[in-house]
Amino acid sequence: MTQEIIMFILTTFRAAIRAGSPLLAGTLGEIIVERSGVINLGVEGMMIMGAVSAFGVAQITGNVFLGVLVATIVGGGMALIHGFMSITLRVNQYVSGIALTMFGSGLSSLIGLQYIGIPGYSLKPILFNFDLLVYFFIFLVPILWLMLYKTKMGIIIRSVGENPEAADLLGINVNLVRYLCTIFGGALAGLSGAYLSVSYIPSWTQNMTVGRGWIVIALTIFASWDPVGALLGSWIFGGIEALQYRLQPLGISPSLLGTLPFIFTMLVLVVSAKESFKKRVGAPSALGKPYKRGKK
Amino acid sequence: MKLKIEDRLVVTRQQTIIISIMSSLLSIPLITIIFLSYGVNPILAYQKMFYGAFGSAYSISETLTKSIPLMLCSLGLTITYKTAIWNIGAEGQLLMGAIFSSGIALSFSNWPAYLLLPTMFVFGFVGGAIWSLIPAILKIKFQTNEVISTLMMNYIAMKILEYLVYGPWRGKEEWGFPFTEKFSSSAQLPTIGATRIHYPTLIIAIVAAVGIYVLINRTKLGFEIRTLSKNPEAAKYVGINYAKIVLLIMIISGGLAGLAGVGEVAGIQHRLKPNISHGYGFTAIIVAWLGRLHPLSTILVSILYSGLLVGGEMLQIVFGLPIGIIEIFNGVILFSMLSGDFFLRNKISFEISSKAER
Repeated sequence: MTQEIIMFILTTFRAAIRAGSPLLAGTLGEIIVERSGVINLGVEGMMIMGAVSAFGVAQITGNVFLGVLVATIVGGGMALIHGFMSITLRVNQYVSGIALTMFGSGLSSLIGLQYIGIPGYSLKPILFNFDLLVYFFIFLVPILWLMLYKTKMGIIIRSVGENPEAADLLGINVNLVRYLCTIFGGALAGLSGAYLSVSYIPSWTQNMTVGRGWIVIALTIFASWDPVGALLGSWIFGGIEALQYRLQPLGISPSLLGTLPFIFTMLVLVVSAKESFKKRVGAPSALGKPYKRGKK
Repeated sequence: MKLKIEDRLVVTRQQTIIISIMSSLLSIPLITIIFLSYGVNPILAYQKMFYGAFGSAYSISETLTKSIPLMLCSLGLTITYKTAIWNIGAEGQLLMGAIFSSGIALSFSNWPAYLLLPTMFVFGFVGGAIWSLIPAILKIKFQTNEVISTLMMNYIAMKILEYLVYGPWRGKEEWGFPFTEKFSSSAQLPTIGATRIHYPTLIIAIVAAVGIYVLINRTKLGFEIRTLSKNPEAAKYVGINYAKIVLLIMIISGGLAGLAGVGEVAGIQHRLKPNISHGYGFTAIIVAWLGRLHPLSTILVSILYSGLLVGGEMLQIVFGLPIGIIEIFNGVILFSMLSGDFFLRNKISFEISSKAER
C-alpha cells in the first residue's frame, strides 16, 4: 500500500514536471521581455508557431533537433514583428500582442493541415525519462537569475524596464536592448511550443497550446518577474494538469476538470496581486510604455 | 533626402478616416503574399471572396446574418476599450448568454413565444453580464489584469458548455451528437423570409448602437467615460468613481455579448452545441478597433467584416484553404490597422537638403 502511494506521488510529480516544462520556458522568456519594459501578449501565437514548425521540420528532415532549432528561430521572428510594432512604431502593445496570437494560430493551422493525425518524431529521454529540453529549461532558471541580478547585462535590462530615461542618459541604447529581449522571449516561446509537439505529445493538432500562452502571462506576474518564481509556478501548474488526468477515472467530467487550470490561473492572479501589494514588488515601472527620447 | 518624423498635434476627423482606410489597405499586399505562397491566384481569390460575400441576394443575406453577433460583441468592446479596460472575453460572454438562454428555452418550452423569447434575451444578457462582472470585480478589488482574467473566463465558458452538451443537457434524439434537444418553435426567432437573418436580434443590435452613441455623447456617464479615456489622472481629481464606471461598462459589454449568444442559439442553431460561435467574440476585437471605437461605425465595419468571413468560406470551398486563413486575415488586418496609429500620431515628410546647407 505505502509503495503504491509512493509510486503515485512519484509518477504525479514526474508528470507535473513534464506538463510544467512548456510553461516554464514560456514564462522565463516573458520575464526577460517584461523586465525590459515590453509586454508581449502574443506568447500563445509564438508558441503554436513553434509547435507546428518543430513538428513540420522534423517530418521533412527526419531530424528533431533541427525542428527544435527552427522553432526557436520562428518564435524569435514572430517576436520581431511585435518588437517593430511596439518599440519602433510605438503602437498599443496589448492589441499588437493579440494580433500576433491571432496571426500565429491562423498560420499554424494552415501550415499544419498536412500534419494532422501523423505520428511525429520525438526527443529521446536522456535521464530519469526526461529529455534534453526539460533539463535545458530547468538549467536556464539559475542562468537567467544570475544574469538578471549579478551581471552588468542584467542591470542594463532592468534599468531599461524601470527607468528608460536614466538608462538613455547613461548611453544605453534603450530600444536595442528591448528588441533583443523581445526576440529572446519569442525564441523561448517557440522552444516551448517545440517541446509540446516533439516531446510532450509528439503530434500536431490545431490549437494544441490550449491557452498555455496566456497562462504564461499570468505566471509571469505570479513569479514577480523572477526566474525562480517561474520554476515554482510552472511546476504547480504542471501538477494541476497532471492531477486532471489522474482524477478522471474517479468519474468527474473531463470537461469540468478541464476548467481547473483556468480557474487556478484566476486565483493566482488574485493572490499575486495581493502579494505584490504587500511586498511592494510590482511590475517594471516602464512596462508597456514605449520610449522616445525627450518624451514622457 | 531625409526622412523627417514629427508629432502630429491635431488630428482631424478627415485625417483619421483617410489614414484608417489607407492602413487597412496595407493588409492587401500581405494577404496577397499568403495566397501566392499557397499557389492560389490572388485576383481570382479576391473575386471569389467578393462574390461570396456580396455577389448575390443569398450571399448578402448570409453576410448580414453573421454581422449580427459581430455588432453586438464589438459594440460592447468599444466602450470598454475607450476606458482602457481590455475585455478580451466577449467570446466567453457570448457563450454564457447562449447557455443561460438555452436553459430557459429547454425548461419552459411550452411558454408562448411572446413570453419565452424576451425571457431568453433577458437571461442571455444576465449570463453575459455575470461572466464579465467576475473579472471586473477582481480588477477593482485586487487590481488583477483583466486581459488574462477575461481570457480565462472564455476557456471556462467553453468547458462548461462542453460539459452541459456532453452531459446533463444532451438531447435524447440527437443521434449521440453533443447537442441539446431542439428548441420548441416558440423559442425560435423569426427570420426575414427564407433567409437566416433573425431580425429581432438585428434590431436590438442597431438600437444598442444608437443607445451607446447617446450614452457616450449625451449623458453624464458618457462624459465621465470620455474624461477617463482622455485623461485618467485628471478623472481621479474631478471625483469620477472609477469602480462604478468599470462595473457598469463591463455589465453593458458582457450583456451585449450575451445577447449575441441568444441570437445564435435562438436564431440560427435552435439548440445548444459546441462551436455555436465561430470566434465572433475574438473577431469583434478587430471590428471594434477598425471602427475606431465609434459605436455607429462599428455597425458598418461589422457588415464589411462579416463579408470577409463569408467570403473567406468561399476560399475553403473553391481553393480548399482551411478556416485558419480567416484568423491570418484577422491578425494581418489588426497589424495594418495598428501601424496606421503610428501615422496618426506622427507626421512624416521628406526633406530635400540642398548642397548649400551642408
